Amino acid sequence: MAIGWYLSVSAIIFCIGSAGVLTHRNPLVILLCLELMLNAANLALVAFARMWGSEDGQVFALIVMVVAACEVTVGLGLIVAIYRRRMPIDVDELNELQG
Amino acid sequence: MSAVLFFIAAIGAIAGAIGVVTVRNPFYSVLSLVVHLICLAVLFLLLRAEFVAAAQVVVYAGAVMVLYVFVVAYVGGGEQMLGGPVLRVLGTLFALALAIELCIATLGSALKGVSEKGAPYHAGFGTPAHIGTLFLTKYLFPFEVASILLLVAAVGAVVLARRRRGLEQPDEQFELRIHAPRPAYTGTMAEAAGTRIAETLGEPEVERVGSTRDGQTREGGW
Repeated sequence: MAIGWYLSVSAIIFCIGSAGVLTHRNPLVILLCLELMLNAANLALVAFARMWGSEDGQVFALIVMVVAACEVTVGLGLIVAIYRRRMPIDVDELNELQG
Repeated sequence: MSAVLFFIAAIGAIAGAIGVVTVRNPFYSVLSLVVHLICLAVLFLLLRAEFVAAAQVVVYAGAVMVLYVFVVAYVGGGEQMLGGPVLRVLGTLFALALAIELCIATLGSALKGVSEKGAPYHAGFGTPAHIGTLFLTKYLFPFEVASILLLVAAVGAVVLARRRRGLEQPDEQFELRIHAPRPAYTGTMAEAAGTRIAETLGEPEVERVGSTRDGQTREGGW
């Protein structure tokens, strides 16, 4: 398959993820959609690595996965902390940092 | 053969992504994301990125998704909440415009250099040995930074999500159960630690677990 096909799949997944981030109010689903966008970027990186025949893009993809794992850990920790404080899990309500 | 596999995996990945966004229950969104991730791992394999595909399945679909499932089960997801009608329409329109623009950019005439078969395959491309060599030579500094970032994130998550004392009212039943006198040598943890040897009736020496000594609630901060 030509590399352009992989890039268009990546673009479609990225757009679906961005639509989810924009339309949802549940932070859990927003985190899932962020994962979608990061994975789309990963696919593009790996496709470019294949195109140039060097593994650097794959290394970038692995680093992106590490960062995504960190983001998920901290985000889910925040959600659990919000839940413990009996606050609504809704990004429209939680719009200030002060607890 | 590779074209067939590509289309199956691509359709699976896109369907999984659409499922994440549209399914009403967050629990099913997580399961849909697992399908998406596995299809994406197949795409990585087609791009000869074996190690990335394996890491995707083991780390993402295995570990991170289990974390998601536990948190969704704990918090209880509930109904899917969507934004207001204006935001919903605007967000969908934005995504459609972005999709059309990106597809024109990738498939159209804008990037001529992209639409090719890729570099010729050489043996060992994308194997763990090559990736590991790159990580320990050319990308040593990002590798170390990534490990520190993981450590910081783990500590931060534990600090954020730990149970804060005094936030909840102390559970009376739990208190009673702790302070009920137990006969000696019944295999409690306190005996194993040596603090309850030859226990007699009276004030137990087990430390309270649920709250502060006087039952007063303390202010918990972020």
